[in-house]
Parts: sequence; structure tokens; C-alpha cells
Amino acid sequence: MAMNGKGYLDASSLPVKEFDGIIVGGGGSGLMAGLQLAQSGMNTAVVSKVFPTRSHTVSAQGGITCAIASADPNDDWRWHMYDTVKGSDFIGDQDSIEYMCQEGPATVFELENMGLPFSRTEEGKIYQRAFGGQSKDYGKGGQAERTCAAADRTGHALLHTLYQANIKAGTNFLSEWFAVDLVLNDSNQVTGVIAFEIESGEAYFLKAKATVLATGGAGRIYKSTTNALINTGDGTGMALRAGLAVQDMEMWQFHPTGIHGAGTLVTEGCRGEGGYLINKDGERFMERYAPNAKDLASRDVVARSMMLEIIEGRGCGPDKDHCYLKLDHLGADLLHKRLPGITELSKTFAHIDPADHPIPVVPTCHYAMGGIPTNVHGQVITQQSDGSDKIVDGLYAAGEAACVSVHGGNRLGGNSLLDLVVFGRSAGLHIEDSFKQGIGISEPTRENINESLKNINRVNSSKEGENSSVIKKDLQEVMQLSFGVFRSAKNMEEGIQEINDIRERSEGLYLADKSSKFNTARVEALELLNLLEVAEATAICASERKESRGAHSRDDYPERDDENWLKHSIYFKETKEVSKRDVNFRPKIVQAFQPFARTY
Amino acid sequence: MNSIAAEQLKTLKVSIYRYDPDIGKKPYMQSMDIDIPKDKDIMVLDALQLAKEIDPTISFRRSCREGVCGSDGMNINGKNGLGCITPLSEAVRGNKLELRPLPGLPVVKDLIVDMTQFVDQYKKIQPYLITDKKTDGKEIPQTVEDRDKLDGLYECIMCGCCSTACPSFWWNPDKFLGPAALLQAYRFISDSRDVATEERLDQLEDAFSVFRCHGIMNCVSVCPKGLNPNKAINEIKKMLIKRAI
Repeated sequence: MAMNGKGYLDASSLPVKEFDGIIVGGGGSGLMAGLQLAQSGMNTAVVSKVFPTRSHTVSAQGGITCAIASADPNDDWRWHMYDTVKGSDFIGDQDSIEYMCQEGPATVFELENMGLPFSRTEEGKIYQRAFGGQSKDYGKGGQAERTCAAADRTGHALLHTLYQANIKAGTNFLSEWFAVDLVLNDSNQVTGVIAFEIESGEAYFLKAKATVLATGGAGRIYKSTTNALINTGDGTGMALRAGLAVQDMEMWQFHPTGIHGAGTLVTEGCRGEGGYLINKDGERFMERYAPNAKDLASRDVVARSMMLEIIEGRGCGPDKDHCYLKLDHLGADLLHKRLPGITELSKTFAHIDPADHPIPVVPTCHYAMGGIPTNVHGQVITQQSDGSDKIVDGLYAAGEAACVSVHGGNRLGGNSLLDLVVFGRSAGLHIEDSFKQGIGISEPTRENINESLKNINRVNSSKEGENSSVIKKDLQEVMQLSFGVFRSAKNMEEGIQEINDIRERSEGLYLADKSSKFNTARVEALELLNLLEVAEATAICASERKESRGAHSRDDYPERDDENWLKHSIYFKETKEVSKRDVNFRPKIVQAFQPFARTY
Repeated sequence: MNSIAAEQLKTLKVSIYRYDPDIGKKPYMQSMDIDIPKDKDIMVLDALQLAKEIDPTISFRRSCREGVCGSDGMNINGKNGLGCITPLSEAVRGNKLELRPLPGLPVVKDLIVDMTQFVDQYKKIQPYLITDKKTDGKEIPQTVEDRDKLDGLYECIMCGCCSTACPSFWWNPDKFLGPAALLQAYRFISDSRDVATEERLDQLEDAFSVFRCHGIMNCVSVCPKGLNPNKAINEIKKMLIKRAI
């Protein structure tokens, strides 16, 4: 059913495509889940709004952290688990973290066996480099080198390898299809999504017994971000509109080293290879803030330290608004071999060669620790009115869109790629098993489908109002000003007010271009609605979490408050209220790690 | 960039290829003036976004905006490249910027081409590792030297700039694999972990797949990642010839 500005989409005439399983998103987690399902022989489709290798996984640089014991034969996944729990500031779920760290090595070796061109050690093993927040022997054995790398293009190598493996497995791709909304039946089971083929503008109901949201991050809620332009939180928006919960949305990671002005990422691997940050006086200031780990402290710690240097007038440049990342002492050979992509990006976006001159960098929005809550099998969880968990039948989430909560309040570098592949696969495995046992999902009614068409019909029939790009800019501005590295109650209150206004304006969103074929204005309008949901959830959760933990740092509550806030935050769109959810302290194999003061 | 004061702006003349299959009109070039910062060298993609703010119907692909995803390959003042990493200072001639879709592929709309043929050629070369090496649940060992052989090959982002700049590909897009697919063919042939070299060469051994490359080298001059498909193609040719004699 083509969308061309004439008439509404309606369930009675909407064509249906039926699958066993659909995966929304063609990045790392989507392709891993897709691979699993294709290999199991299920009738699967990977639905992606961009050709899969355009997904944001491609931009990951430094590597995939995993205790494969290559750099150190005695390395132990339990040490990786310890670091990850500590890094999360103790609100990462320990059953999930344990699962990820333990399952990791087999998955990384499998990726290598698929063809991923990892860099190598002299012994011919996978090369591992040091990353922030890594330690040996539960923090007592000094810096670890645990991040498996393909030069500084690990995400590219990983995504292309997974795409290639999916070609081999014969995965069915619906490439350049945009998923609009989930379709829930009367029992609140998920029965698929409304989606349209961008090229033709034809809308469909993609019906499935299992739907995986692998839609990635939403960094575009901020003005300055390392994220791709496509990172608009589409799955999160869909979940919120479907009345489902999101978790820990206040937890946004600001990467210490985005290129000043451009926002493009410079990998933490630069510091792992021996680079360090300096202020205007040339001082290696991280020695003051984190005497042990220095530049390889956790990202939240380094980002805050940099901001303090800038606030206290020791920033670099004419406006003293950034720091320098010094790499020239590493020598051109090492930069060429280990950090070739960074050299390229610095030349393009900062007009400097890092072999001669330090790179101007500033903390930049990078990653959503929060998202759609799931268990270790990727099954989406929502919260019932009595505060208990409930599994949402037919719906899974994986990767950055999900919050299985391996990252808690702060993600460690290199853990996102591991999260993608481990939980993309675990979702696939669970769907495969459930399918064998028989999945009982009832049919949606016509009303159910029409309910899910409301959003797109509203945009398609808009007659006047504001263009989405104008509203988007204002939203990004508010988020940048009020919900950045440091947060204050006053700023956040004002920010929430402004978001309220922006929501009202978005009701009058106008899609001037009603054409059907490859209408990117329509896609951008729908993306804005998703950004808005994510931004509002972020704002309200940030204002409600009255403590400082991980990436969430506020001046009126500067301390971590374990008594009241050793909890996940849960948010619903309908009530705009925040409730709490218990953090998992029940790993299956090891003893749970109890909270302690977090220093580096 | 919405906060830049008017006196710090200058005007750039942009001309953009427009085509919408739903409107019976033939393709045409749309001219418009856009305001760009005077003292900052923005990218072609930034300029295109500014044009889209004036006319939201302009369609183009974009994603990472840092030259790694390969979405925004286009023909910029006559030369294929990525909009997001081509600065205006490099692209603009006589204050004019002309943007057209990648040549040689069917146009879907405006700057968007149908990449099916390009991807089909990629799929033909079996773009995945074929191996029988025993692993014991670990990595397949590879020396640093062997891994070095993949540098300059695996970094391809499948933007299509090379193949769509290649006259041999324009002429035989179904039979000549094109520089991008051949670069990947050589990437797997060169991988010490891959055991299917002979099988791969068998599939390339005909008059068209590889040998339609006449060393024009447009692929090398346009590759936004600085890769050299021509060199890879020559290596494949040498292997095929060596096998034949």
C-alpha cells in the first residue's frame, strides 16, 4: 500500500508478509541474531533502514573486550566481570555480566573463524590492547590488555564479517525498510511491526512470532555526538509508544575523546597504546584525578576530569574549550600500524597529523547504557503495577537498543561490541528453542493493527506546521545544554519544560513532501518522533535519579546513594513517571561483587 | 550551524541532479544558493544538508558522516567521492558545486542509485572465509606478516565509488565483476586462513570477470579510502596467467 499523501493506511487493505522471526536492525546484534536464525532454517528477515554495512557498528574502532588470554595467558573472564561490575558503578546486572564475560571468548574465536581480520601478536594470536577500566586479578594486578583489535577498525571488520557470514547463510534482508511501530494483540503480545520499503513507499504489516529490536543507539538526541546520523532510537521509540518500559535512560556515556568541533570519535585505544591527555599547560592532568589508572580510568571519570579542566580555565585553544590528546611520542610507525583510521580521521576532521601534533578533543555523547530492559535471553521485560517483572511475549531486544544491563551506569570501552555479539546470539538461540517448542502468539485484530498505524497516518496526513529538521535542532540543543556531563536540578527542570514545548510542537509536525519513492523527509520525520521519546525519557529519568552514579553526575546530589539508588530506573511514556527495579546480584557461578567506593 | 551570524556567511552555488520516478518529468539539474560559513571548511555532505533544509524533497543516503559506512558515494563536480569526507575546499571550482548520482547505475531518485548490481557482483566472489583449518575452539593462527597482506584490502567500505567510475563496469556491469568485488576476491585469496584459492580462481577464469579490466585506474584515483583495486586485479591476473601456462 503506497504512501503518497492520498488516503490513510488501513488494516483492511494493508498487505501482510509473514515470517517466523524478524529482526529490526542490521548492525552487529541484528546480524548476529539473523545469522543464528538463518542457520537454524527459520523463515527470517532482517529489516534495516540502511544497507546493513552502513549500520553504526561499522564506526566502532578500538576493539572487543574479552578474556581470550592472548596478551596474558593467565587472563580470567572473572577479572573482566569484576572490571565491568565496577565500571557499571554497581547497577549492572551481575547475571548478565557473568554470562557475557564467560560466553565472550567462544564468540570472539567464532568471529575470527568466520574471517574477522584481527591484528596479530608475534605468536600469531589475536592482538589485544589496553583499554580503560581494565585490571588483572580483581583490580590488584595492574593494567590488563584485554581488548581484541583489528587495527582501529574493529567495528568495520566485525560488521563486514557478519554481513559476509549472513550472505553465506542465505539470510533474507529487507534492506532499506523502515519499521514504524510494533503491533500488539489484545493479550499485549508482540505480533510484528508496521514497516515500509523506503524505495517504493509501500507499507506492510510484517507479521512474526518473534520480533527482535536491534535498532542501536540514539545519540542524535544530543547536538554533539560521535553517533551516526541514523542513530535515532527507533526501537526505543517503538517500545515506548507500545506502552513498554525503558530502563536507566539517564545513563548516557560521554566519550572523552570526540574530535573538537566535528564530534567524530577517536578511540580509547589511542590511550591504550600510550597516548595521553594534556591541558593548556601541557600537564598530563589525569595523573591528578586517577593516580593509578591515569588516562585509562573509566570513561565517566576521564570525561568529568576533562570538563573540570575546561571549566577551571585550563582548556586548550583560543576559547579554552577542549583538551589535547597527545600521540606524537608514539612515533609514525606505531600510528600507522595500530591507529591508521585515527590518523585518517584527524587529518580529515581536525586538519592535523597526530604524528606531529596533538588532537583537539572534547567529551562527546557516545553511548546509551539504558534502553529496553531484557533478560540474558534477550526477552523484553516490562514492569507490572506491583513492581514485578513481566516478559513481553514475542519481543526481544539486543545491542545498544537493549538494556540487559551489562553496562549499568557506565560502559567500559570494548564492551559494546561484546554485548552486541553475545546477546544478539543469545536472543537468536532463545527464539530458535522457543520455535522448536512452539510459540503461541494470537492473531492481532484489525483494531490492533490500526492502532499501530496511527503514528504514520498522522505524519502522512499532516497539513501544516513545522518541518522536522527545525524541531530536531531545538531538541538537540536542549539535551546538550541541560543533560550533559554535569547536571543540575535547575537546568534539568528547565530542560524538561522545553521538551514539553517541543512535544507540543511535534504534534504539529508537518511533512510537506508526501511523495512515495525514497522519501527521506518522511523517514526523518518519523525518526524525530523516536528521538523525542528517547530524549524525554532521558530527561525525566535524569531528574528523578537523585544521586551521582556512573555517567550521571549532578551538583545537588554529588554522592552515590546506595541506600536509595542501587537500583535501575524504569520509565513509561504514558505516566511519565519513574519507578525502581532491583539490580541483579545473583550471578550463577561466582560470588556477587558488593558495592565499594569506585576509584581508579 | 544555525547560530552563525549573517556576516560570517558566504554564498555557494549548488546544482543538484533531481529525478523522481513518480513525477513524469525527465531528470534535471536544480540550482540553488546556499549560505555556508566563510571561515570554516565544511564537507560536501554538510552543504547538501543545508540544501535539504531549503528543499526537504532532495533525497540522498547518509549515515556515519565520517567516511566509514560508505552510504554517501556521489559524483562531486565530476569525480566520485564520499560527500562526508570531501571538504568544499577540495571539491568546489569557481564557487560551484555540482552533485550527481554515481554514474552507471540505475537512478532510484535524485542522488540515490540502485546498488543491486554492485552488491550482486560482490556476492558472486563468495565474500567469506572458506577454511578447513582445525581450531580447537580457538583462533586460526596467522603470522603478523600474513595478516599484513590483508592491509589495503579489508578496509573497503562498499561505497561503490570505484566500480561506478570504471568504464569497463559501465559497459558490462553484469559480467565484469568491477574493482570493488575484485578487491574483495583478492582479500580472501590473500588470507592465509582461506583454503579455496583454486576454487576462487576457477570462478574468475573467463574473458569478462577479471580480464575486462584494462588498467584505466579510475578506481585508484577515486577510492575515498586510498585503496588500490587495480593492484589487486593485477595480482589476480598474474595468478590466473601463471596457472594457465
